[in-house]
Amino acid sequence: MEAYISLFVKAVFIENLALSFFLGMCTFIAVSKKIATAMGLGVAVMVVQAITVPANNVVYHALLKEDALSWMGIKGVDLSFLALLSCIGMIAALVQILEMILDKFFPALYHALGVFLPLITVNCAILGGSLFMIERDYNFGESVTYGVGSGLGWALAITVMAGVREKLKYSDIPAGLQGLGITFITAGLMSLGFMAFSGIQL
Amino acid sequence: MSAILNDETKKVLTAPLVNDNPITLQVLGICSALAVTSQMSTSLIMALALTLVTAFSSAAISAIRNHIPSSIRIIVQMTIIASLVIVVDQILKAFAYEVSKQLSVFVGLIITNCIVMGRAEGYAMKNPPLESFMDGIGNGLGYSLILIIVAFFRETLGSGKLLGIEVFKLTKDGGWYDPNGLMLLPPSAFFIIGLIIWGVREWKPNQVEKVEFKIMSIAHGEGGHH
Repeated sequence: MEAYISLFVKAVFIENLALSFFLGMCTFIAVSKKIATAMGLGVAVMVVQAITVPANNVVYHALLKEDALSWMGIKGVDLSFLALLSCIGMIAALVQILEMILDKFFPALYHALGVFLPLITVNCAILGGSLFMIERDYNFGESVTYGVGSGLGWALAITVMAGVREKLKYSDIPAGLQGLGITFITAGLMSLGFMAFSGIQL
Repeated sequence: MSAILNDETKKVLTAPLVNDNPITLQVLGICSALAVTSQMSTSLIMALALTLVTAFSSAAISAIRNHIPSSIRIIVQMTIIASLVIVVDQILKAFAYEVSKQLSVFVGLIITNCIVMGRAEGYAMKNPPLESFMDGIGNGLGYSLILIIVAFFRETLGSGKLLGIEVFKLTKDGGWYDPNGLMLLPPSAFFIIGLIIWGVREWKPNQVEKVEFKIMSIAHGEGGHH
């Protein structure tokens, strides 16, 4: 149990996907102008991350890994080079299914998240989470923890960023730094803040 | 040569370098631009990989653009891009294993790099293969340019080396340069890109974003100073 808790804390703070691995930066910069929308996207990313990382974990361990097909009587086959293709296919399919389920059963949530759901397919934080899971060889339990944790970390980062940017629009910024420039500097300062967690031993 | 490099080709090849740079103006493909730039060697490999993938995926998508039903075009594009990335990934693992270990997941993340998708969707779906190929090369070069600038500052200031060759002699080896450790950490990448954007926009003022809230000047008589 302790191992899971430390993995969770690590995924949320120390190895924050947005601020220490720079994943999902495009949406992180583009959709962080208002707190409400940023939070909506954050929740959507968290949900998708919590589903896709374990799903990719199952596919990888049951089909792609070296000798993974031995339950079918096929030995010595290593399909792990297909991991990239299968991960992105899995993510695209799951996002599509999630969209249909939300539309059918939770129309309010669907309308709140509506525009962001298709965007999530091309969000590198999602694919990055799955690829990290494969690279670090997590088992199923760890992959669930990591999926939820890394999604939460990303949601936290984008919400905080939106909070800062909402205040920032009233400040007097040099013309060339307006918009994108100052957003990068702010993200850098936030990332510095998150660096403070890196000394924590778990 | 002049037949190949007509005006359109020249435009798509050079515009993305500064005027329409994918990173500083279109805000695409930032993730990897920040993550791999702590060393020059990884940045160069990454830049090369992305340029090739963008060019070939644009050409391939453009070649079959009239046969892709628009409802499934994203999946078709994604499959083409993912296959090319797998090829690049396997080549790197075979011939540059050390670098591919350092790049870790970021080679795979070329699939979701917005530059590749953006060019496929925005240019290759409407233009013939050769122009699309050139457009891919151009945007790849624009991305490479930023990557190389960032990596140059991060590696020289952070470890006193460039491509592993000593530039500044470090204090611990009896030299004069005390390395700035911050340059090797993630925040410095944000700062450097922010400053590059500032520089480019001071140079090309038409890229400056509109101000949402104008700060009112207190001096009423002359409309204040600017």
